[in-house]
Amino acid sequence: MAKVEMTVNGRSVAADVEDRTLLVEFLREGRNLTGTHVGCDTSQCGACVVHVDGKAVKSCTMLAAQASGSEVTTIEGLAGNGALHPMQEAFRDNHGLQCGFCTPGMIMSAVDMVNRLGPKLDEATIRSELEGNICRCTGYHNIVKSIAAGAKTMGKGMKKAAE
Amino acid sequence: MYETNYTRAKDAADAAKKSKAADDAAYLSGGMTLLPTMKQRLAAPSDLIDLTHIKGMNAITVSRKQVTIGATATHAEVATNAKLMKVCPSLSSLAAHIGDPHVRNRGTIGGSIANNDPAADYPSAMIALDATIVTNKRKLKAEKFFVGLFETALKEDEFVKEISFTAPKSGAYAKFPNPASRYAMAGVFVAHHGGTKAKPEIRVGITGASQDGVYRAKDMEKALAANFAPEALDGCTVDEGNMLSDIHGSAAYRANLVKVMAKRAVAAAG
Ligand SMILES: Cc1cc2nc3c(=O)[nH]c(=O)nc-3n(C[C@H](O)[C@H](O)[C@H](O)COP(=O)(O)OP(=O)(O)OC[C@H]3O[C@@H](n4cnc5c(N)ncnc54)[C@H](O)[C@@H]3O)c2cc1C
Ligand code: FES
Ligand code: FES
Repeated sequence: MAKVEMTVNGRSVAADVEDRTLLVEFLREGRNLTGTHVGCDTSQCGACVVHVDGKAVKSCTMLAAQASGSEVTTIEGLAGNGALHPMQEAFRDNHGLQCGFCTPGMIMSAVDMVNRLGPKLDEATIRSELEGNICRCTGYHNIVKSIAAGAKTMGKGMKKAAE
Repeated sequence: MYETNYTRAKDAADAAKKSKAADDAAYLSGGMTLLPTMKQRLAAPSDLIDLTHIKGMNAITVSRKQVTIGATATHAEVATNAKLMKVCPSLSSLAAHIGDPHVRNRGTIGGSIANNDPAADYPSAMIALDATIVTNKRKLKAEKFFVGLFETALKEDEFVKEISFTAPKSGAYAKFPNPASRYAMAGVFVAHHGGTKAKPEIRVGITGASQDGVYRAKDMEKALAANFAPEALDGCTVDEGNMLSDIHGSAAYRANLVKVMAKRAVAAAG
């Protein structure tokens, strides 16, 4: 058994888990954070993307024990004070989802994209950055539109915060 | 996934000690290959020894043209290191095109070369850059390190600590990615190391295509030493007999692709 301690969405959590427990299992089954999805379980689809120490990772391909000591953010950790995160808002406004299964991973990847590359994202960049996220419904068009819009709003927020 | 024990190595000596003490240990770096393999139950190590908490083992140092990359440097770290980008942009660009952003955030150069997947990108660069692979026990040249499909010269308990090379005068990597997996169907790294006018030093490493894994294309090197231009490769033949053949591409297709990618790499290297 492994003793894991980490911060999940700002809260410290500690638990004893089997060493082979995947981070996604720990989040979904251990913490009831079922917003993080398992689409493929073979590291392909990106439905399970969460942030570990600020970096987007596939939580189906990481052990909970590997994340011990880290700060983890899941889709549940994005919205604050009852208001949606700008990227979530953008997906709603631009019809960036149909069944919604891929959406948590898409949004976590999109936020990571903005954090890394800044709020000005052109279409080609967004599409190539989505290499690791698969959607079976939308045809990606509106996802790309949502991310561009969400990035723009996040940019305004960053500017405001800097002022 | 079968049951396993997870531990973190504190330093290099601790890693080797833990590996020796275990029944059937595996080193764990990014886990981007090892964990999927364990889930499929193709690997069942009794112990996983995490190398990524060894202090400084992900360091990237560049001093003039001398480059050292720690084994646990992630693909994202290699892709975005400003100093490396200045002296060897071809390697930065190679790293930036491995898999997807999430894979690049976890996967490491040490894990990639230790795994020696015939479709992995880094091995071709190691050959073309004439890199030295530094393990916890010895140093060896890339050509000696890569032995065959998924096979390296690494012995039991031995692990990759860092790789080092002298940045080439110019170089480029051209890859035809499998559209689904992003792994190379054929990837060619061409490096021009200068040398003399009479005897220019060119090295060519090829991945993705051969049944024996990554290889050095000496005939292409010779042709390019005479004339460093894409058309110089027209006279080279790539032996179909040695090429991989699968649902993604026949041996003939891959043999042709190798040449096309080699030409693109030469054109990009300029
Ligand atoms: C969706 C997806 C797409 C990918 N696309 C590409 C691609 O386009 N191109 C490409 O090249 N790769 C690709 N990969 C593979 C990726 O680059 C892996 O990160 C890499 O092959 C293994 O590195 P790792 O650090 O994750 O190693 P791990 O998975 O941790 O380990 C791999 C193997 O190496 C051993 N090992 C690890 N570190 C060391 C060390 N320092 N010394 C000795 N042995 C060690 C382990 O025991 C294991 O056997 C992809 C992977 C995924 C999941
Ligand atoms: S569930 Fe993790 S990548 Fe698909
Ligand atoms: S909205 Fe259904 S998978 Fe993307």
